[in-house]
Amino acid sequence: MGPGSGLSCDITLNSSLSPELRATYQNPGLIRDVLRESKTIAIVGLSSNPQKASHFVATYLQYEGYRIIPVNPGLDEILGEKAYPDLLSIPKDIRVDLVDVFRPAYDTPEIARQAVEIGAKTLWLQLRIINMEAAEIAERGGLKVVMDKCVKMEHGRYNGSLHWVGMNTEIITARKARRWF
Amino acid sequence: MLHAGHVPDAVTGARAVPIYQTTSYVFDDPDYAAQLFELKQYGNIYTRINNPTTAVFEERLASLENGTGAVATASGMAAQFLTFMTLLQPGDEILASSHLYGGTYTQLVHTMKKLSVTTRFVDPADLDAWEQAITPKTKLLYGETVGNPKGSILDIEKLAELAKSRRIPLVIDNTFATPYLCRPIDWGADIVIHSATTFIGGHGAAIAGAVVEAGKFDYSRYPTISAPSPSYHDLRFYDTFGHYGFLMKARAETLRDTGASLSPFNAFLLIQGLETLSVRMDRHVQNARAIAAYLNEHPMVEWVAYAGLPDNPYYELSQKYLPKGPGAVFSFGLKSGKQDARAAGKAFIQALQLFSHLANVGDVRSLVIHPASTTHQQLSDEELVAAGVTPNLIRLSIGLETLEDLIWDLDQAFHAISR
Repeated sequence: MGPGSGLSCDITLNSSLSPELRATYQNPGLIRDVLRESKTIAIVGLSSNPQKASHFVATYLQYEGYRIIPVNPGLDEILGEKAYPDLLSIPKDIRVDLVDVFRPAYDTPEIARQAVEIGAKTLWLQLRIINMEAAEIAERGGLKVVMDKCVKMEHGRYNGSLHWVGMNTEIITARKARRWF
Repeated sequence: MLHAGHVPDAVTGARAVPIYQTTSYVFDDPDYAAQLFELKQYGNIYTRINNPTTAVFEERLASLENGTGAVATASGMAAQFLTFMTLLQPGDEILASSHLYGGTYTQLVHTMKKLSVTTRFVDPADLDAWEQAITPKTKLLYGETVGNPKGSILDIEKLAELAKSRRIPLVIDNTFATPYLCRPIDWGADIVIHSATTFIGGHGAAIAGAVVEAGKFDYSRYPTISAPSPSYHDLRFYDTFGHYGFLMKARAETLRDTGASLSPFNAFLLIQGLETLSVRMDRHVQNARAIAAYLNEHPMVEWVAYAGLPDNPYYELSQKYLPKGPGAVFSFGLKSGKQDARAAGKAFIQALQLFSHLANVGDVRSLVIHPASTTHQQLSDEELVAAGVTPNLIRLSIGLETLEDLIWDLDQAFHAISR
């Protein structure tokens, strides 16, 4: 219950990445930094179907205090936010910190290029989305990169709510809980 | 065992896990409540579905088993049933090892049959038999790490390969081994079931169970997990929750609807048990090995079925899967001489002073039962043998007592029936 303040295990479960790649793209310290520092999250491929994973994630993040910017060429507005057809169409006065991607892996290099262009700080590819080319593009552009992870699961893991549904958060600590983000 | 699943709470810093003896939880606001009920937030709703004390037990067990999560249940039988009810639908088939706990057997054969789910049984050691018995309707393979009643050891890795090649989940009951002696998920199992009543609790004070899932199985061909759920606005659990899909479905639907949830107080008792699991299991195994060796040499013992003995047919498998020892539950055959085997068994139990005569295993105290005069007394000798129980079979669950005291007790009981 509640977030760990000290040690946090590397998550070895449920990823097809090698241990070396996990250390880079699923690093618990990096993920915590990203979730703490990000305020505005562009969700590429956010669905209007309320039962889709992307919708679950967007609803959750909004409730947790993040501003979400929907990116989907087929939508005008969703969850009270105006939707944009692509990252480049987001007005310059909206500073996107994190680009969260719910698109097939082959679409991600172009999304990475756009994420670099709009000056986002992190590119995050959701569970089961892995693309090394996209990762390299984003890294060359100075972005942090997370792959094959779910933003909602990670947030829930560190803030303690994932624990409440019996999931293995792999957080081991004897220190008092504190809120990370 | 000690830390996983529990972070001391921010306000009190209570070191022991607090007991949240509550049925329900105040919602932050109406929006939050609505999101909780749509499963868009992870949170506490109602203790029939989840509870903060129970969650510590669940996460700790999941961590020990190397699973992605767990759902605790009111008993081991409820854990099995929860798994079956989550995965299966009418017309499906279960393929199970024939070496099973009697309660599991009756649940599979009689109760599941009422739901139009049939079970076929195969000799657990015969991999060809497993393969040949799989039909297009087979949706689940089932076995016990250490099988009842003869202590057979399941070849989990081989079975997992078969299950994987047929895209069927492998479900393993790991009750007799506990995650300290064997972690079936590391050998390829998809779901692990526990009766937490036994070694996990250890104290014999609480009935409980749990389902742990590896999070690696692709459920897209299982409509029960992947198809739109009418009770959650057509939510597709596998699509939306990914590797948490099975467990979320098991909790939010099956546990909600069957109601076999664990009480927070019992969860607390199990947490106390888990804290000492490794130390207890070492001692259980140490005592069990010594007693099995003692019985193996005893002139009044016909056979001893303990996979930790080098002459046991399952010795090599036990070395592979349970290198620390194959647990502390095993049976032996009493040599009755001229006496009737059932009567001799009964007299032997009657003479024991330290072994508790009861129907449980995995207590810190040593336990004994003679199935032919108790649980299986209505069966004829022939029926007993068919059930894998001979009239002279005595089952022991070795506890943590001083070894010499246990051997003294067995000695004096042998002496009493030899007169």
